[in-house]
Amino acid sequence: MRLDHRTIYGLIDPGSRVLDLGCGDGELLLCLSEGKGVRGQGVEISEQAVYKCVEKGVSVFHSDIAGGLAGFPDGSFDVAILNQSLQEVQNIGFVLDEALRVCRRAVVGLPNFAHFRARWSLFFRGRAPVTPSLPYDWSDSPNVRFMSMADFKNFCRHRGFRILQANYLGVHGPVSFWPNLLASNGIFLIEKKRDWNGNG
Amino acid sequence: MTLSADGPCIGTRYFTFAEPPDGLLLESGRMLGPVTLAYETYGLLNKRKNNAVLVCHAFSGNAHVSDYHRADDKNPGWWDDMVGPGRAIDSDRYFVVCSNILGGCAGSTGPSSVNPATGKPFGLEFPMVTVRDMVEAQARLADHLGIDRWLAVAGGSMGGMQALQWAASYPDRIRAVIPIATTLKHSPQQIALDEVGRQAVMADADWNRGNYYSRRPPEKGLALARMIGHITYMSDRSMEEKFSRRLKDEKYSYSFATDFEVEGYLRYRGDSFVKRFDANSYLYITKAMDYFDLSGDRLFGNGQTVKARFLVIAFHSDWLYPFYQSREIVHLLKMRGADATYCEIQSTYGHDAFLLEIEEESRLIRHFLAKTADLADRCET
Repeated sequence: MRLDHRTIYGLIDPGSRVLDLGCGDGELLLCLSEGKGVRGQGVEISEQAVYKCVEKGVSVFHSDIAGGLAGFPDGSFDVAILNQSLQEVQNIGFVLDEALRVCRRAVVGLPNFAHFRARWSLFFRGRAPVTPSLPYDWSDSPNVRFMSMADFKNFCRHRGFRILQANYLGVHGPVSFWPNLLASNGIFLIEKKRDWNGNG
Repeated sequence: MTLSADGPCIGTRYFTFAEPPDGLLLESGRMLGPVTLAYETYGLLNKRKNNAVLVCHAFSGNAHVSDYHRADDKNPGWWDDMVGPGRAIDSDRYFVVCSNILGGCAGSTGPSSVNPATGKPFGLEFPMVTVRDMVEAQARLADHLGIDRWLAVAGGSMGGMQALQWAASYPDRIRAVIPIATTLKHSPQQIALDEVGRQAVMADADWNRGNYYSRRPPEKGLALARMIGHITYMSDRSMEEKFSRRLKDEKYSYSFATDFEVEGYLRYRGDSFVKRFDANSYLYITKAMDYFDLSGDRLFGNGQTVKARFLVIAFHSDWLYPFYQSREIVHLLKMRGADATYCEIQSTYGHDAFLLEIEEESRLIRHFLAKTADLADRCET
């Protein structure tokens, strides 16, 4: 299993209802349904990826998460997964609000734009970074939002999302020191902060 | 109940039910009986009777979905690329059933059938039938074949409406539903197109208020209706690719002869349609589609848990049943937390894509069915 998938796998409770937003070829949902008995549903924008999901027996809606999650009732899933998909949408706040409307919690996996290799590339070479977690040339990238680990934590604080767990990953394994410099990816488990009288 | 004409293992068979004093109570409140359905089956029903797949045909289809009836047949069944041994709806694995719809003219009871009360063809005496009535008749056929629960009900266009109607009428008798290039309800544009087709038939003097069975049928009107239909089955792009402005001869004739290939194609389609289709059936079936409406709480009753799995397929260039109508189906599935898959296939063929984009559809249907069969086996052991 991929390192990021292994990390996310560890964050999902057995038997939970999982909505994977930007589920790609459905590999993670397949692992989760086989290994943890989750009830999974994917949403994916790529037609070719939809075929791969169906070949694996993963249920998937062919649609763009940037348009929101109309139709899904509030709280109808336990957890949303947004792994390497959030940086591809313009309106990150809206998509996260929708994810946390439909799901109690969300697992967000993001590439770190402040990784030391990205800093090196910008600072010393003056070139848009190409790193293991940001592998695209600037002219051909599906990413439209670029954030550091510190940026996302700051965003969550201002938006009223509580970070329950933050996992930082390098190329070969977990990173525990200076994640904003050394981690290529971050995987955050978040939920909406409740107000003082318990309303969401 | 009678089962007649035990033909060769592949071929059309006939099932007659609702014989007097019984009858089939129709949605309109009228009774109809006896009712005959023409149907074909492929493959074998397994011991646990959990491998039966019902394929519902579209507007002008028939029970002959796969294979050839005779060695010298020019064309195989209407969905031969999808249904048959080793294909996505695999007759080596599944017991596939397809029946001609109630109201049709390919062996099932319809307006061209003989009215037992008069000994003459029904014509306009035939009661109005709806998609729900068509499914009701199919349910009787399922009883007759010993099928309590379909593994899946699949169909495109009006076949998709029947598949959805199965989900509404018999939620406990289906494990999966595959509605393709279809809708929860006809829009005013779809009703309008149907009405133009009906008026074309009825404006033909030979229609004679539906009473033409002993004389010349309204061929001109029916052909015109079919020509309009064929325009709606294609897309602007597919017509450009297929015909462009190509001429039948090298020069313009400066007359109303068929100068353009597209004109010749439509006339050919119209003329060949009237040889195989009954004008009154055209009227009844289009009306049944216009009455169809499973929007709101009609597909799934209020508070009902959706147990069936869904595979909804739409095509991007289909403007007759545009993808946003399929998205409305998907919206209801999301609201009910159903186990569902939706795919919008990029295609330039327009509505015809559901019969032509076989490779993509096969990828979806083959694996979706396999997973459904797997779940069916597991939940019974």
